[in-house]
Amino acid sequence: MAARHQRPSAASKSSAEAKRTDLKNNEKKCSWASYMTNSPLLIVMIGLPARGKTYMSKKLTRYLNWIGVPTKVFNLGEYRREAVQSYKSYDFFRHDNEEAMEIRKQCALVALQDVKTYLNTEGGQIAVFDATNTTRERRILILNFAQENTYKVFFVESICDDPDVIAENIMEVKVSSPDYPERDRESVMDDFLKRIECYKVTYQPLDKDQHDRNLSFIQVINVGRRFLVNRVQDYIQSKIVYYLMNIHVHCHSIYLCRHGESQHNLERRIGGDSGLSERGKKFAVELKGFVKEHNLSDLKVWTSQLRCTIQTAEELGVPYEQWKILNEIDAGVCEEMTYKTIEEKYPQEFALRDQDKYHYRYPGGESYQDLVQRLEPVIMELERQGNVLVICHQAVMRCLLAYFLDKGADDLPYMKCPLHTVLKLTPVAYGCKVEMFDLKVEAVNTHRDRPLNKVRSNSMLPPLIRRNSFDPLSSQDQIKRPRLYSMGSMHSHSHVFPPPAFSGTRFSRVSEGAELQQREDSLNGFSTPDTEEGST
Amino acid sequence: ACASAALKDVAAYFTKEYGQVAVFDATNTTRERRAVINSFAKERGYKVFFVESICDDPEIITENIKQVKFGSPDYIDRDIEEAMTDFVQRIECYKASYTSIDDEKDRKLSYIKIFDVGSRYLVNQVQDHIQSRIVYYLMNIHVTPRSIYLSRHGESELNLLGRIGGDSGLSPRGLKYADALAVFIRDQQIKDLKVWTSHMKRTIQTAEALGVQYEQWKALNEIDAGVCEELTYEEIQENFPEEFAMRDQEKYRYRYPKGESYEDLVHRLEPVIMELERQENVLVICHQAIMRCLIAYFLDKPADELPYLRCPLHTVLKLTPVAYGCKVESFFLNIEAVNTHREKPTNVTISRKSDEALQTVPKHN
Repeated sequence: MAARHQRPSAASKSSAEAKRTDLKNNEKKCSWASYMTNSPLLIVMIGLPARGKTYMSKKLTRYLNWIGVPTKVFNLGEYRREAVQSYKSYDFFRHDNEEAMEIRKQCALVALQDVKTYLNTEGGQIAVFDATNTTRERRILILNFAQENTYKVFFVESICDDPDVIAENIMEVKVSSPDYPERDRESVMDDFLKRIECYKVTYQPLDKDQHDRNLSFIQVINVGRRFLVNRVQDYIQSKIVYYLMNIHVHCHSIYLCRHGESQHNLERRIGGDSGLSERGKKFAVELKGFVKEHNLSDLKVWTSQLRCTIQTAEELGVPYEQWKILNEIDAGVCEEMTYKTIEEKYPQEFALRDQDKYHYRYPGGESYQDLVQRLEPVIMELERQGNVLVICHQAVMRCLLAYFLDKGADDLPYMKCPLHTVLKLTPVAYGCKVEMFDLKVEAVNTHRDRPLNKVRSNSMLPPLIRRNSFDPLSSQDQIKRPRLYSMGSMHSHSHVFPPPAFSGTRFSRVSEGAELQQREDSLNGFSTPDTEEGST
Repeated sequence: ACASAALKDVAAYFTKEYGQVAVFDATNTTRERRAVINSFAKERGYKVFFVESICDDPEIITENIKQVKFGSPDYIDRDIEEAMTDFVQRIECYKASYTSIDDEKDRKLSYIKIFDVGSRYLVNQVQDHIQSRIVYYLMNIHVTPRSIYLSRHGESELNLLGRIGGDSGLSPRGLKYADALAVFIRDQQIKDLKVWTSHMKRTIQTAEALGVQYEQWKALNEIDAGVCEELTYEEIQENFPEEFAMRDQEKYRYRYPKGESYEDLVHRLEPVIMELERQENVLVICHQAIMRCLIAYFLDKPADELPYLRCPLHTVLKLTPVAYGCKVESFFLNIEAVNTHREKPTNVTISRKSDEALQTVPKHN
């Protein structure tokens, strides 16, 4: 990842300047045109233990990374465990335990140093500081740290007074924590509750009316029953707020599967809009049995607007909803071709795709990266919903799966999503349980493995004219990538407009873009994933 | 009494006119009134979502009064000072009996409280998807004065030939327009202007002339005409006469085979709209159908008018939100261009003759 060297105005800013002016100025500089000084964001969790901070931190981080914003969680508990090799009891957390307090403060400082490294030199855009941060003193320390480094700060406070929720949290995640390796449940619960009491003594919640009224934050109250949102500064904070307001902790399962085998599948063609083959129809029938067997209450069924998914859903005999944005990836000029034909007709394109399958965009079509952006509303709605069965397509399913299983761009396009197999995802603790159900109906294998030899070609491709897509693209794709070849301009330099900080696209690549002209080991001389070199 | 009359109309809207959402715009400042509304809704199985706006900033209030109350039918003949005093006293009358939504007592209600025009929000018990979208929307709008500039790309080569769609470059006149646009923008002296284009050559070429950073949005690409891409209207009539007629019958919902409809466009432009709401000064360089959709949003034009809104080439539309609507100023930058606007012809039946179909096609090379 390229280092983000300069933040020109930051160096000259004195920390004596009012934080608000600083933030406001940074915001102006964060205008998409001034990507070079786009401030990283420090999300600071606040809350007593067992309030879901880590749950929200991890989930939020997974979401932000999926939409392309490099984000990392820094969990203070982990730092503390390293510093204090073995945890004895809640006494460590007493507020009058001076020695322990000092250790804990040191841990915080070390963690913040790591945050700084991540945001300044490792291409991170957002750091999530996952700790209780329950005292004003600690928060001031963090605010000063952020100001020195010109990071924006957004607080996420989780407030919960429902004893049942707290008890359940403790059982789900604390009992199996490294702090309690051999304890029995009762004593774990007991010790942990006492630990919480230690924090309560010095807990100062955010004060929206006086002390903290100029800070940017969201208070999540009783697991989302209520939210207080204060001073959202920019687009990414508004997305974070929206996301946090849509997630919930109710038990539910998400079922993902592809349409039944289609005619095109049989002919080894990609894309298109063909109907089900005989075996595909059989699968639909099996799927109906599967749904019945699993006895899902209030199951919602979603399909794309392509025939094969609709035909599959029809067989279920229940109401289903068609989403255009669940349509398969648009292969542009390669639509309805076999891989063999593509290799013959467009050998360069074929090779480019294998080099970087995630970012490669078919001429006149889409890339996996485009897909992720267009699928975002689906993810948001899946978070909101209860039990859902999504009948979709190979590339689409890979993107959805990558979100739930936290797979990055390298792995996503090679995830195995075979036909006639249902994946059941059940959120547990901090992750997702996956169960695979093969419905035992034969089908072709449409999976193309990662090629072993990635041939890197250094030759510049002739400028390919971009065409409109043949099939309607979905509504939600917004690709804010610099165009490699805009007509009417002689310099390739002026075209590397780093993608602006919109919709969470790669803030870090933003700085890469401008620096990239010098890189050599890349496709067409540009290695930023955001340029369209793969598809032009 | 007025309230119950209004509520009756709400009921009629839902039951007889298939309305989905009714916005009951009144002060509703007493618990009593809100209880009435709640029971009205409960009886009929409607969901209720409260939007409370709380503002203590005297400057904002004065500005609001000036902007919207003085034009109100209530104050049409009054002198400004007098009107201001009268209105301020009106507010005092309400204050006496104003009970804000109580976060404790009303914790079962679904509501959003907006403080000081969006500096803070309190959101309680969002029940479903539409309420979450409403909250998201309300949290993204602002009242900071700004202007949105909408323009099409300069005249393109395909425009000259009367062909739709495609991805051609600018014609010589189009290039002239790009330069004129640069001058225009400079003269407007806009603070912190953001410039957006689509992914298509012609908008990018236009933006290039401005010499400033711009952002490319795929969502701003022109409507995909599918099988009709790059055809002239004459060729469409020759090859797809039925499709051509069907499009004239219902231009908003008609989807080109393997292409899109205006309805599809509106759907794909939603994130653009949301971001336009969040932003301040923006110049959007886009395409005819796209511009129509954006204008329809800002000027509240219905679906049947949308596809026929006039968006000529080489003309910049400046939209400035004021009061309850949008002030529109049109700037023709004095560079000649073809006309690409096709009015709805008189005969839209499938059986119509060729010349009837082509009656309204604008001239081209």
